[in-house]
This record gives sequence, structure tokens and C-alpha cells, in this order.
Amino acid sequence: MSAPQTAPVLVVRGVHKHFGAIHALKGVDLVARRGEVLALLGDNGAGKSTLIKCVSGLYAPDSGEILLDGEAAALSSPAAARRAGIETVYQDLALFDNLTPAQNFYCGREVAVPAWLPAPLRFLRRRTMDREAASVVERLKVSLPSLDAPVALMSGGQRQAIAVARASVFARKLVILDEPTAALGLRESRKVLDLIERLRADGNAIILITHNMEHVIALADMAVVLRQGRKVGELKPSAASQREMVSLIVGAEH
Amino acid sequence: MPNGAQNLPSVGGRRMGLNASLGLLNVGPVLILVLLVAVSAMSTSAFLRPVNLANIFAQTAVIATVAIGQQFVILTRGIDLSVGSNLALATVIGGLVYKSWDSSVLVILAMLASGALVGLANGAGYVFGRLPHPFIMTLATLSVCRGLALELSVGHTTMRGMPSGVQFLGDSGLFGLDNGVFIVVAVAALAAMVARRMVWGRWIYAVGGDPQAARRMGIPVNGVLISTYVLSGLCAGIGAVLLSGRTGASSPLYGDLLELDTIAAVIIGGASFLGGRGHVGHALVGALMIGVIRNALNLNNVDVYFQMIAIGLIIVLAVEADVLRGRLERQARTMQAAQS
Repeated sequence: MSAPQTAPVLVVRGVHKHFGAIHALKGVDLVARRGEVLALLGDNGAGKSTLIKCVSGLYAPDSGEILLDGEAAALSSPAAARRAGIETVYQDLALFDNLTPAQNFYCGREVAVPAWLPAPLRFLRRRTMDREAASVVERLKVSLPSLDAPVALMSGGQRQAIAVARASVFARKLVILDEPTAALGLRESRKVLDLIERLRADGNAIILITHNMEHVIALADMAVVLRQGRKVGELKPSAASQREMVSLIVGAEH
Repeated sequence: MPNGAQNLPSVGGRRMGLNASLGLLNVGPVLILVLLVAVSAMSTSAFLRPVNLANIFAQTAVIATVAIGQQFVILTRGIDLSVGSNLALATVIGGLVYKSWDSSVLVILAMLASGALVGLANGAGYVFGRLPHPFIMTLATLSVCRGLALELSVGHTTMRGMPSGVQFLGDSGLFGLDNGVFIVVAVAALAAMVARRMVWGRWIYAVGGDPQAARRMGIPVNGVLISTYVLSGLCAGIGAVLLSGRTGASSPLYGDLLELDTIAAVIIGGASFLGGRGHVGHALVGALMIGVIRNALNLNNVDVYFQMIAIGLIIVLAVEADVLRGRLERQARTMQAAQS
């Protein structure tokens, strides 16, 4: 952080989003940089999820711009966002219980041949995908009971790790994590936080949504606080600034 | 440390027990089929005669083929109630084409096209009509196809005659088996290739596993859904060719209750009714179970209604096994969490 700041990967500028009469985002700005964890904080209904969904291609903002590496990004669908290098780990993980970890990793962008056939008619390169998946699991030090068993048989922490590892396989610019530790015990949370640190060390920009202040202080390089659809604060998380973060979140004066 | 050492063997033992139970559930349907064959063989010496076995395969061919298509639909959490009427309509259209042209190629193409088109209507109606469940769309086409078949055959319950190339499928060939049986083998091999080797098949499993996640992962969910109904319709068309070949005729009354037989075959074969799990083998094993039960009860002169009762009971067993599998998997998950 003392080094000159790297060029931002993601710039969100003046984004508005309405749902009927509800004005969910009121001109929000956001900057995410390589090798940094940006914590996105706010109470329920503050607009965190809406903002994230705009970046991951699920919602189209009504106005404002989203720049990736300085260029306007066409994030018209989740698939387009993924192609642009943005990976999202959803709160519900979006894993396929009936598929193995490797099949989950590549679902929707399978390695398949021949290229001249339309995508659905191509033949899967199953060994290549299994091998790649195994090496990712190895590199990220994720411990799984088996790479051949369906994900249905794995624990909450293992499933979370699979979802994060999947994001890491394809992320070229940005990884968004929506409450990755909300459903986990202490030990499993710790493992997921380690995994996020490794993603950061790999040079990814990371946006982390969480309610856990300890995790924010331990992990985040910068925190942005939303309240009622507006950005109300941006600060460096530390033990000293914890009170300030909390009062920004709940909107208490002091 | 001593605590952990004490716990290890019991946890390991429980996990082995769990894995064994899950494994047993997976091979359960095959074991039941073997059991059915053994009991049938003991009940009458006629059962194991080659002629009778060939007969079972011939009679199961249509159910097996159509069940393979049904399997794709059920994989995506859907259901195709129209397959029986779809098959009947296809045979009638084949019969009408035969009246004008004595061409096997034309008749077969007409039947396949008719089946696939009805499937396309099912899929498109379900997806673009935003219907709450495919049950409704395919119930509608069940009615429409049967009505259309009856209307087109203008009061004839059977129209005799099929071109020689179609009749050939009902002739007995290699190993004394009907030629049509080898069509089933080919259809099964192709279906297995789509399901296991192709991106298309992987997407079908993904949509069945979690449609919302599939959408987020960029899979064209609507297209995948429609494609499964086309496959199911196409299999009904192939079933029409096989049945017309065996009977040398077409009829608007063919395929009565075939939807129930094929759904039953898929479920008792071991696929999950909740979608995402199952393969061609399940459809084949289930179809053979139905074939063996019917044949054995016939040979023993048991009233035909008992077949329906027996199949009904096995369906309940199969769905119960699916529920049990879900519970065991949850246990395996908590055990993982406790260990890691």
C-alpha cells in the first residue's frame, strides 16, 4: 500500500438503479485495484447486493458507467461478465450438487473439441479438465475428500472452497465474494480467508461483502460503506477505525 | 489427542457404512432386476427359453426407447406426458405417408419428424409460454396428439401395411432377436454419448442440478430445456417406427399409457425424480424390469391387473430409495464438516 497505487481494474462511477418506485442505488462510485481486497459494507438493504449484481452482469444499471481496465465494459449478462474476467462467488455458491468439483469448475465453459462444431455438440476433454482442476485444488491447498464424488457429499466449508477455487481458475481481473463465511464455522472460515489471501497474492482485485468486522480488519485493504443506496464512507479498516465503520453502517451520529 | 484417537475408528466405521449404503442404493435397481429374473426363472421353466427371452426384448424395445428420451426430460426436473399420444400420431402419419408412397425412407422420416416436432412444441410451449410446470404443456399435447391421430385416421382403429424396410425391424435377426432390438442398442449408445461425452449432455445435468446456477454460469437454459423435449419426442418417433415395424400397421390407439410406463421405467431404474441424476442405464434397467414382470406374470397366468399393482409398488420403493439417498448424503456432509 505504500507503493504507488496500481491502476484500478474496476471503476464504478455514478451508478443508479431503480426497481419500480425503489431507488436502490443512488449514484455509487467504487474503485477496485489489483492485489487489494476491497470490503463492501452496509446493513441489509443498503444496496451491496444490487451493486454487485450490476458488476457481475445480472442487473443493468439505469445510468452511470462501469469501467474495466479503463474501458467501458459490456456486462450484459453473467456470461459476458465472466468473459470480461469478472468472477462472482455467490452467497448460495451456485454449485451443482450432482456434479464433481472438476465438473463444477468448468460448467458453462467446458474444455471441448472440435472448435468448428457449435459449442453444445463438442466433445468434452474430461481428462484435461480433471487434471487442471486437481492442480488448482493442489495449488490453493483446498482439502477435499475426493475429486470424483459429487459436491452434494461435501461440507459447507469444502463447498465454499470449491466455489472460490472455481472463481480463481477463470478470474483474470476481479473476484467478487458475497458473504463467503456467513454459513461457516470458525475453522472453515479461517480456511476460506486463507484462500482469499492467496487469490490476492495472485494479483487479483477482490471485492468482499461481509458483516464480520474481524474479517474486514484482518483482510481488507480498503472498505467502502453503503447506506440506503449511497456511498457514505471510504476508509482503511483497522482496529482503530472499527467504531467509525460500524457507525457509518448503522448511520449513527457521534 | 486421546479423545481424537478414540473417535477416529468409529467415525471411519460410520463413514464406511455410509459409503456402503450409498453404493448399495446405486446398484439397487440392478439387484432388483436380477432378483426378478431369478424369481421368474424359478416360477416357470418357460421363462429362460431363448424364444421367451427374445420375446421380452422385443416387447420391451418400445418402452426402452421412449424411456431413454423421457430420461433426458426427467434429468432437467421435467416430465413428458405426451410420449404415448405422440407415438400414436407418428404411426398414423407414417401410415398416411405409406398410402401415397411405398418408401421406407419417407415413412421413417415422417414418423421421426412428427415425433420431434411434437417435442419441439412441448419444449417451446413450456419455455416461452412461461408455464409453471411441463406437466401442463405435455398434458395438453397428450390430448391434442391423440385427438389429431384419431381425426387423421378417420375412424380406422388400425391401418394395415408398412413398407418392407419398416417391417424388417419386426423380423427376427441375429441371435434370434428382433432387428428392432438392435435399434434400441444404437439409440442407447447415442444417448449415452450425448449425456457423458458432449457439452450438451453436461449442460443437461447442470440445468437439472440447479437451473438458476446454470443461468449464472452462462448456460443457455431455455435452449437446453427445449432440446430435451425434442429428444424425448424424437425417441417417441423412433418408438413409433419400432412398433409399426413389429405390427406392420399404424393405429391412433397405440402407446396407451406409455407415458406412465416410461416414467416408471426411469424412476424404478434408479434415476432421481428430482432431476440432475440418472443415465441411460437407468432407463434400460427400468424398462427391462417392467418387461420381466409382465412376462413372468403372463407365463404364470396371473391376472393382468397384478402387473399394474406390482409396478406401482416398485415405484413407491424407488422414490423412497431416492429420499433415503438424500438423507444419507446429508449425513455424509455433516460428517465431513465435523472432520475438517
